[in-house]
Amino acid sequence: MTTPAIDVHGLRKSYKDKVVLDGVDLSVAAGTVTALLGPNGAGKTTTIHILSTLVRQDGGTASVNGFDVVRDAAGVRASIGLTGQFSAVDGLLTGEENLLLMARLRHLGAKRSKTRTAELLEQFDLVDAARKPISTYSGGMKRRLDLAMTLVATPRVIFLDEPTTGLDPRSRHTMWDIVRGLVADGTTVLLTTQYLDEADELASRIAVLDDGRIVAEGTPDELKRRVPGGHIRLRFGDAAALEAAARLLTNSTPDAAELTLSVPSDGGVGVLRTVLDRLDAAHLEVDDLSIHTPDLDDVFFALTGKKGNE
Amino acid sequence: MTTITAQQSHVVADAVTMLRRNVLHIVRYPGLSMFTILGPVVILLLTVFVFGGTLGAGLPGVDPAGGRDAYLAYVMPGILLITIVGTASGVSITVAMDMTEGITARFRTMAISRGSVLAGHVLGNTIQAVIAVALVLGVGMAIGFRPSAGPLEWLETAGLVTLIAFSVSWIGVAMGIQSKTVETASNLPLLLTILPLLGSGFVPTASMPAWLQWFAQYQPFTPFIETIRGLLLGTQLGLNPVLAFGWCLVLTIGGFAWSMAIYERKSVR
Repeated sequence: MTTPAIDVHGLRKSYKDKVVLDGVDLSVAAGTVTALLGPNGAGKTTTIHILSTLVRQDGGTASVNGFDVVRDAAGVRASIGLTGQFSAVDGLLTGEENLLLMARLRHLGAKRSKTRTAELLEQFDLVDAARKPISTYSGGMKRRLDLAMTLVATPRVIFLDEPTTGLDPRSRHTMWDIVRGLVADGTTVLLTTQYLDEADELASRIAVLDDGRIVAEGTPDELKRRVPGGHIRLRFGDAAALEAAARLLTNSTPDAAELTLSVPSDGGVGVLRTVLDRLDAAHLEVDDLSIHTPDLDDVFFALTGKKGNE
Repeated sequence: MTTITAQQSHVVADAVTMLRRNVLHIVRYPGLSMFTILGPVVILLLTVFVFGGTLGAGLPGVDPAGGRDAYLAYVMPGILLITIVGTASGVSITVAMDMTEGITARFRTMAISRGSVLAGHVLGNTIQAVIAVALVLGVGMAIGFRPSAGPLEWLETAGLVTLIAFSVSWIGVAMGIQSKTVETASNLPLLLTILPLLGSGFVPTASMPAWLQWFAQYQPFTPFIETIRGLLLGTQLGLNPVLAFGWCLVLTIGGFAWSMAIYERKSVR
């Protein structure tokens, strides 16, 4: 698979004089999860809307599953599924009826519609609620049904626009498991999120979107490595040991009040081993050791100058 | 290109699926439909029993003693039109709900033609309107409305009612798409509700001031009402059936074009 499932070049979109997307480039390999990470208003939803043919871009090109979103919108629509921020379910019908409606609109045929609906109800743990009206569903159940509706025709590419916003922790984890299952089946997923842990948990690649531009792209680890701040923290029994260790390990920063020493590290085992070997050779006893790698919060702050989750 | 032809071949199937969905709504929530019947029935009872004696006596060529019965016969076609227009506000609300709840956006990402989605709404509402008209007519007959129509006139009336309901539904759908909120969607069609009142629905247009008479004579609801009146009660039809048919065409094309033009833009929230 050399053609990416999603391929975006120089995407631009403005609403009146407000520039929402300012030249976005993005490439998602088939069968992978990419997270589009960014604060509110960064342009995440607009990107998804263009890719799912809901909105037309002002400039640049975008293709999904090999189909151009403008010239071959029908091809794109036949390949994708979208679960948006706001649940797109028919609130007056039951969960089962919603799924059957989707199956009919995907022209699965009467028999296949029924079996697919039953499969999805089972897979999304909605069997008990299948015949109940949506008004009795919890937020998590609605979101699960919404995603199940997206999956009726087993689309090749799935867009999830903030799939866990507003869900409780348990429902969030259920959602994460579902997404992992999709990828295991070979589906390409592009999800947007403003939660750094979500991107870290699910995505093999992360694109950080800020003010309509991709400011960084890479694997979660690659992004973390771009940010300084990784270190090993050692705590000693007394000030003498701390001083001796500080002399031994150049570049380290002692904290006399806490009796701790901070040694810069890339997070790798090699550095850790060297540090411990040298302390051992000098007969210096370490009371406590902890490794600090920069998390995506640091990444986000370093790249955008903003805190996440805002 | 194959995908595009595939999509076109599904237009009818998709419209039927969408119609099934809307019929299911009607069956599941009969309360909404009952409400559209309740309004016209209240107006009917009010105009006949409260105002009917006096208004009927004022009709040309009516014996003042039989005013109420004469007025019931006179007002019934107008009430039927009010019923049709009332269901249009129902479809306007359903469409607006779909738009705000995001399901329309889902349909749009699914290669379903917008024509199918909208036709599903229009056909569902047309069915609902025809049933509502039949029920309101039933109430009218229960309180003494006695049409003189024969089988052929009844058939023609049914056909015209269906046609009017269909064309007015397109306007209702367009208003629903146009509205930013469900509240607006329920208010906008009220403009239509006034039209039977500003026509020959409740009093003859000859009794109105000249400027209003001009409007009353040339707006769509006067030929609608006059044609139904002619078919049910044997009054002079004149050019009215032709005008009524023409107006149905104009409203349908207008509502269809209006809906299609704004559907894509309005379905992304």
